[in-house]
Amino acid sequence: MSRFSSLNSYWKGRTLGLLAALAVSSISFAGAQNVPAISGGVAFLTSTNGGNTTYTPLIEPLLAAPIGKHILIESRAAILETFSPDSTGYNHTHFAGLTYLQGDYIASPHLTIVGGSFLLPFGTYNERLSPVWIGNFQDGPLIASLGLLSTGTGVGGMLRGSAISRRKYSIDYATWFSARSGNEQFNSERSFGGRASLYLQDSRLEVGLSYDRSLQGTQENFYGTHVWWEPKDTAFRLRSEFARGHHAQGYWIEADYRTQAFGGLNSWVGRFEPLFRMQQTFRRDTIISDGLPLVNTQRADFGLDYNLPHNTRILTSYSRQFSSSNNTNIWETGIVYRFLFPAWKGKSQ
Amino acid sequence: MSQKYFFAAAVALGALLMSLPKMQSQATQQTPAQTSKKQPSDKHRPQPSDNEGQRIFDGQCARCHTAPDGFSPRITNAIVRHMRVRANLSATDEKAILRFMNP
Repeated sequence: MSRFSSLNSYWKGRTLGLLAALAVSSISFAGAQNVPAISGGVAFLTSTNGGNTTYTPLIEPLLAAPIGKHILIESRAAILETFSPDSTGYNHTHFAGLTYLQGDYIASPHLTIVGGSFLLPFGTYNERLSPVWIGNFQDGPLIASLGLLSTGTGVGGMLRGSAISRRKYSIDYATWFSARSGNEQFNSERSFGGRASLYLQDSRLEVGLSYDRSLQGTQENFYGTHVWWEPKDTAFRLRSEFARGHHAQGYWIEADYRTQAFGGLNSWVGRFEPLFRMQQTFRRDTIISDGLPLVNTQRADFGLDYNLPHNTRILTSYSRQFSSSNNTNIWETGIVYRFLFPAWKGKSQ
Repeated sequence: MSQKYFFAAAVALGALLMSLPKMQSQATQQTPAQTSKKQPSDKHRPQPSDNEGQRIFDGQCARCHTAPDGFSPRITNAIVRHMRVRANLSATDEKAILRFMNP
């Protein structure tokens, strides 16, 4: 997985030291309700593509440490091992790294200032659906890399918040600038961008626009739009994104549903979650710089997840991918457990 | 199966999935704070502020994920502040969700 980079011991030590310092500062400033939360997901995933099966045990821990009334330090990491077949049997590779590490200062009801290494807010997948305990499918969409400027993270600053919040609608925004960073742990491109979304509360409809621009090397623009619709009083969700880069474009549409007709969501029937995702990518030229397939590709994903009690999910899916280079079947299964607990015992109020 | 027929079948399945929400809900999702402890029926009946919190939780949080089964009230502040930043919640929404999770 390209978004994970290996840690060297120097940066591992500095990162752990920084997290420890944040934890200590959180102790001294925090009240009983400001105990940091440790959350995340543990997963075991398998994927069979063209007859070859890979196995991936994975853990994604997340730390959220509030300090005082206005500050939050948050970070997510990924540690995984991938076992994949080769000519001699199975080979395995190891990845460990921070996905992001950022400090948030809530400056006003409408403005939060973010500094550090942050997930790029382009479209919805990177910020909202990429955690292993949230995504319905193991795989991200084919266009997930469009607009994410190779790394998916920026190193710099971001302004974000809720611009307008009314009972019937709300508008939120995020705008950011990233410096170029060649650091092994916090790699990023010099770039800027932003996203704005309109959410209609009654119809549960969200529409958003994203834009970013790479400011190094061959400067390129990326445009994106997303539409999410989740009808009230149902467990149906329709999510979609379109993204366009200088060399390729594409879209995905995902629908998932849990029935409440047979005893509610927590009945054994209601825990089933059928999924469907349709996606297509189109190359605009043959210059490859965005991570999309080299030829026009169509893919249909059929999934069936099962939501077990105690924050555990079983993910299964079958995908059929068509392209001029070859057609493939992709079978995926996995089990994901989400954990969430205080960093230390603390006191109850 | 040819690509043409495969995608026709895929689109038909998608249309079927989209027609499912017409089935109306019969149950309301419970929040983590509610599911993690036993509650007498009258004493903890949702108040108007709870309803507002429920409405915001359903509209904002449940868009991306279901509620965790249960967690310590000591980390409610950390969770809600994290979600305020990630989901660009307004200050009013943050307070309503905090009240909802810690009635």
